[in-house]
Amino acid sequence: MKVELRVNGISRTADVEPRKTLLDTLRENFLLNGAHAGCEHGVCGACTVLIDGEPVRSCLMFAAQADGYEITTIEGLAPAPGELSVIQDAFCETHGLQCGYCTPGMILSAHALLQHTHTPSREEIVEAISGNICRCTGYGQIVEAVQFAADRLQKSSILRPEQVRRGHDAPKEGSLDAAKTGAPAEIVR
Amino acid sequence: MKPAPFEYIRPQSLAEACELLAGDEDARAIAGGQTLVPMLAMRLARPAKLIDIMRLPELAGIRQQENALVVGATTRQAVADQDPLIHAQVPALARVLPWVGHPPTRNRGTVGGSIANADPSAEIPLVAVTLGAEIMLATPDGPSSMTADDFFIGPMLTTIAPGECVSAVKFPVWQHKRIGVGFYEVSARKSDFAFASALAQVALDEDGRCVDIALGVGGVGDRALRLDVSPLLGTRLDAASVAEAVHAVASDMDASSDLHASASYRRRVATTLARRAIEQARAEAGARALKGAA
Repeated sequence: MKVELRVNGISRTADVEPRKTLLDTLRENFLLNGAHAGCEHGVCGACTVLIDGEPVRSCLMFAAQADGYEITTIEGLAPAPGELSVIQDAFCETHGLQCGYCTPGMILSAHALLQHTHTPSREEIVEAISGNICRCTGYGQIVEAVQFAADRLQKSSILRPEQVRRGHDAPKEGSLDAAKTGAPAEIVR
Repeated sequence: MKPAPFEYIRPQSLAEACELLAGDEDARAIAGGQTLVPMLAMRLARPAKLIDIMRLPELAGIRQQENALVVGATTRQAVADQDPLIHAQVPALARVLPWVGHPPTRNRGTVGGSIANADPSAEIPLVAVTLGAEIMLATPDGPSSMTADDFFIGPMLTTIAPGECVSAVKFPVWQHKRIGVGFYEVSARKSDFAFASALAQVALDEDGRCVDIALGVGGVGDRALRLDVSPLLGTRLDAASVAEAVHAVASDMDASSDLHASASYRRRVATTLARRAIEQARAEAGARALKGAA
């Protein structure tokens, strides 16, 4: 069947079997290999992507279910080719990654958290990455990386008040956020 | 970890969905899919057709009814967690939602899906059973409903028939002024399946006497259980009365044994958590009045 997906701001189509997960579609059809296949049954979080800005396991969703949403993969975070987002950079600086397998999922989960708050408590960080399993770096440095990124975002010019607006202008029909009451703060580039 | 082939159908109306579900016994409804997709991936389930009900307008939304809050089946757990109506009117549901799975699964998983899945350790069915919620069903013959107590039969087992689908959950809204909730859970890691959990909701009068109480435990037996602690009505929920009332109903309840926890462990932990949940609920209800008086 034919599916039309919005991935990293671009509309794309793919011809897939109904049983093809969003994860496999991103990797095989769109060559977005930053979404990693780990357990493939919703336990490890390596396949995390953002759906309308919120983290979701792409192995637990079929491509056929994903039309109409804004899908963001790790490839969509960097401001420009060859650059890193503040959070990606923070993971490098604090040694928040070793083998890197869990890293895209960790960073996307952290990204969603830091869209909601720029002053997360340690508990909030731990909760935000609680669905992402790391088996080598250790969570200490990952938590540190998110904290470091939050500090930088807080201090950086990216977060001048006039550049942060509350909520979405108008939630799209059928969007994951349509039913949500308090929409998260959003950074405007 | 790849599902077996199936046909994917997205009906445009609830009636059409029921028709499709009734027309093929190998058809399954899918909404958030946070439990069903792993089952498909492990090939523990091999439906011929998946009927996607996630975007049906009839199943969406949260609305007030007389003394009840009706939560549409496809309300995502993350949305319910942020909903001011749920926080104000069904505080027990608001309390347990952070314990349901992880943030990414709550972003897709639905309230109705958790009910239809009927995991014995799941928190949302525990709230439904404890408060005596009504499960609203869509059937080929039109809407129907039954109490949560009648709906849940055993592990992953409900009375739902082919062609039927959970359309909403109607949670009772207590009208008392001083209401408190208590919830405790023991699991290997937070958000993992509960070995035992306990939920209490109490209402106090101005004097601090208990005028209404509901207590339920999850994860212990093969479904969530509501425990009758009505002897506590009229008391001040002092520790001795609570311990006695909980012991009377919890000490011989059915408990299951598995790799993670023995039946007697589950029973002991649930009994302790039940006492603590009532205490937490009492304290919360009591604090509410102090705030009001100040």
